[in-house]
Amino acid sequence: MAIYDGLKEIEEELIKCMKCGNCQAVCPIYKETRSESSVARGKLKLAESILKGQIGYTPGIAKRFDLCLTCQACSENCPCGVKVHKVILAARAELARQKGLPTAKKVAFNLLRHPKLFDLGLRMGGKFQGLAFKKKATGMSPRFPIGLESRRVLPTLADKPLKSLIPEENRVKHASKTVAFFSGCVTNYIYTSAGLALVDVLNRNGVNVIFPKDQHCCGAPALINGDVETAREMAKSHVEIFSKYNVDAVITMCGTCGESFKYKYSELLEKDPALLEKARAIGNKTYDISEYLVDVLKVDFSKLGNVAMDFTYHEPCHVGRGLGLTRQPLEILKNIPGLAYKPMKAPNRCCGGAGSFSLTNYSLSYQILGKKLDDIKGTGASTVVTACGSCRMQLEDGLAQENMNLPVMHVIEVVQKAYQNSKQKSSDKKKLA
Amino acid sequence: MAKAQVIDALIQALGKEKVVTDPEDLICYSFDATADMPSKLPDVVVVPASTNEVVQIINIAREYKVPVYPRGSGTNLSGGTIPIQGGIVVSMQGMNKILEIDADNLVAVVQPGVVIQDLNNAVAPFGLIYPPDPGTVATATMGGSVSECSGGLRGLKYGVTKHYVMGLEVVLADGSVARFGGKTVKNVTAYDMVKLFTGAEGTLGIITEITVKLIPAPEARKSMLAIFNNLADAGNTVTEIVRSKVIPATMEIMDKVTIQTVENFAKVGLPTNAEALLLIEVDGIPEVVEREAAIVVKVVEKNKGKIQVAKDDKERDGLWAARRAALPALAQVKPTTVLEDATVPRSKITEMLVALQDIAKKYNLQIGTFGHAGDGNLHPTILTDARDTEEMERVHQAVDEIFKTALSLGGTISGEHGIGMAKAKYLPLEFGDSGMEAMRKVKQALDPDNLLNPGKMLN
Repeated sequence: MAIYDGLKEIEEELIKCMKCGNCQAVCPIYKETRSESSVARGKLKLAESILKGQIGYTPGIAKRFDLCLTCQACSENCPCGVKVHKVILAARAELARQKGLPTAKKVAFNLLRHPKLFDLGLRMGGKFQGLAFKKKATGMSPRFPIGLESRRVLPTLADKPLKSLIPEENRVKHASKTVAFFSGCVTNYIYTSAGLALVDVLNRNGVNVIFPKDQHCCGAPALINGDVETAREMAKSHVEIFSKYNVDAVITMCGTCGESFKYKYSELLEKDPALLEKARAIGNKTYDISEYLVDVLKVDFSKLGNVAMDFTYHEPCHVGRGLGLTRQPLEILKNIPGLAYKPMKAPNRCCGGAGSFSLTNYSLSYQILGKKLDDIKGTGASTVVTACGSCRMQLEDGLAQENMNLPVMHVIEVVQKAYQNSKQKSSDKKKLA
Repeated sequence: MAKAQVIDALIQALGKEKVVTDPEDLICYSFDATADMPSKLPDVVVVPASTNEVVQIINIAREYKVPVYPRGSGTNLSGGTIPIQGGIVVSMQGMNKILEIDADNLVAVVQPGVVIQDLNNAVAPFGLIYPPDPGTVATATMGGSVSECSGGLRGLKYGVTKHYVMGLEVVLADGSVARFGGKTVKNVTAYDMVKLFTGAEGTLGIITEITVKLIPAPEARKSMLAIFNNLADAGNTVTEIVRSKVIPATMEIMDKVTIQTVENFAKVGLPTNAEALLLIEVDGIPEVVEREAAIVVKVVEKNKGKIQVAKDDKERDGLWAARRAALPALAQVKPTTVLEDATVPRSKITEMLVALQDIAKKYNLQIGTFGHAGDGNLHPTILTDARDTEEMERVHQAVDEIFKTALSLGGTISGEHGIGMAKAKYLPLEFGDSGMEAMRKVKQALDPDNLLNPGKMLN
């Protein structure tokens, strides 16, 4: 079923909805708006009404379908098993075909189709961001109204992207495995240290890491906003790039990128048999870094160095519900010596970031984030750990706005710290000897 | 023309942001959770924030003679909130404050838009619970729940919503505000207007404040699963447990169709060759729980049932997961799930279960039955496809027969879902001409212009 090519294709999904309203209990947006059109049940009814010809592709419909974080809480909680997030994406795709995308998004996604230009833009951004952004203690805020909310604290773009910091091949002696690493935009341009940590940790575990230099955006932002064609191009390009390497696995460190490689590419390329086969092969060997360390390498984290830190864990929607990885990140964090876990009441509640959603719906996004910040505050933890760069940006913004001064780390950075500390311990021992 | 005037007047009174008129939103208020019902767009949705704003809405509705439909979360299962004649939907979700938790008097005062689970979470630190627990407890509002007089899984021991409503503030159809009942345990003053408005489904007034009774949370509980090879044995067990002076909090039944479907979907390890399952939970003071659990085990074994007792919370959760999976699993078999609410005296449970099996056979339909056996409230669930008009015709005939059977066994047409549009036609079967006439007189006296939720219950 080519769900992105026509609303007709998702009719069966719509019919499954028995309108029980259970989605209201878990939808972060509905909790803020209490409006039926913002919750899954309402949106499914709207999609149904479009199919029945009762309403057209109005700007109002587009607005309603924009109001979704694709956090998948509704899909998970649906007694009838309706894959609501798929309906949302299909509807957005149809809306984009019927009405076109807003100019800003069109420009942005066009840029994605020209990875070199996109790369140049963000590299330049890294150098000249001081012109457009005021530096703040914990990041920066836009200096000009460039379509971003001026209150927002954004992380600083890295001086040099990850691509410039690591070689294409990162090999170690006596390697047992070789993997290809897909970093995703946020790691490449912002949290480069997390990307470096990933390579370091895999190398320490005897894994060669190939970092294909021609990789670019995974395409999820385009697909999530309904630009199926751009997403399909991204899919094709990555399937071709990653098929060239004979590797044991493809490693991602963001749930959304992981979903693209694992599921979305084969959905997008399903009408192209040759590429589909390759996409499936790649999907089958794609692992999030936490999953790879726990389930494939079976690392014994209790043997790593001590990381004296109390932390709370925010589960990214696309890592937990999207990839089904609820156990692995915590298994890592709970087993590293010295770490004390202070769980949130609802670790898997969406932080409200949702990529571009937080840019175009800042106030609503911030309200949702507010609930997350309260939850974090209640834990008394001193560090927030998560498994997605996009959530990290959102959390850092809120923590800075509220002067909460908690650092946010990616799981892999904590693992690296544990390795560094164990090395220190052994060198200390050497000194003693 | 009147429509535009009504909208203008509402905007004047409440401000633009509380008046919703976009067709994209109106579509989302044209239905509720009831399967196989017509839908209808309201002309406008308003979201009042105070009793005074509700009064203003009523006054505008009176002036222009426009129907008014109060609505909570719209999770109701009888078509009660569908704005079938157009007009104004009043979403009570803007009034969602818990006004008071009075632990000394064991009461809470809430606005109607409070979600039931939120009230329970708020009273938990006081060691209290609000017992009514409809399946939609995490979503449904207090106002909706009081209006439909909803029940739930604990009905056998704890009763339904009306047993917990002590006081109400209601905006009447003439725009006046009346208060009935209050915090006193003993209150026998005059007509029991609190009970009259509880379960009135928004046809007599709009509830704007609710005082409810809370009870101490049970200290201990024990869950058990009983497996039967014969439907009658399960039914007899239910009757005999109660006869033995044990009132479990929950006594839930699943028939063979439900067991097989649940197991097929949820893979929780249910015995697929069993004819029926009972999920029984006793709760209260630890010593009493132990004693009652022992009696339950004895009765089940005497009735040729095999019994499993949950040793800890984890096992208990496992048993409950199976019960909770019943509706979801059934709902995934076919696109349309017609969930009924037939209720009989619990001594007639066996007869009703057997009758339901016969009805399924007679009309060649797939019916899974689960429900609250302990209180006689069964949910025969017909699995069908609304697009199959021929089958839907048989579904309607089967539903007619289900309700007639329940009534012939001394039962009622609703145990917890209310009447709304779905069951209005069966009401005369239960009440007779004189009963219907008495209810019409009440409606006529309180809402002479038939402005409040028209087309429901008595129409």
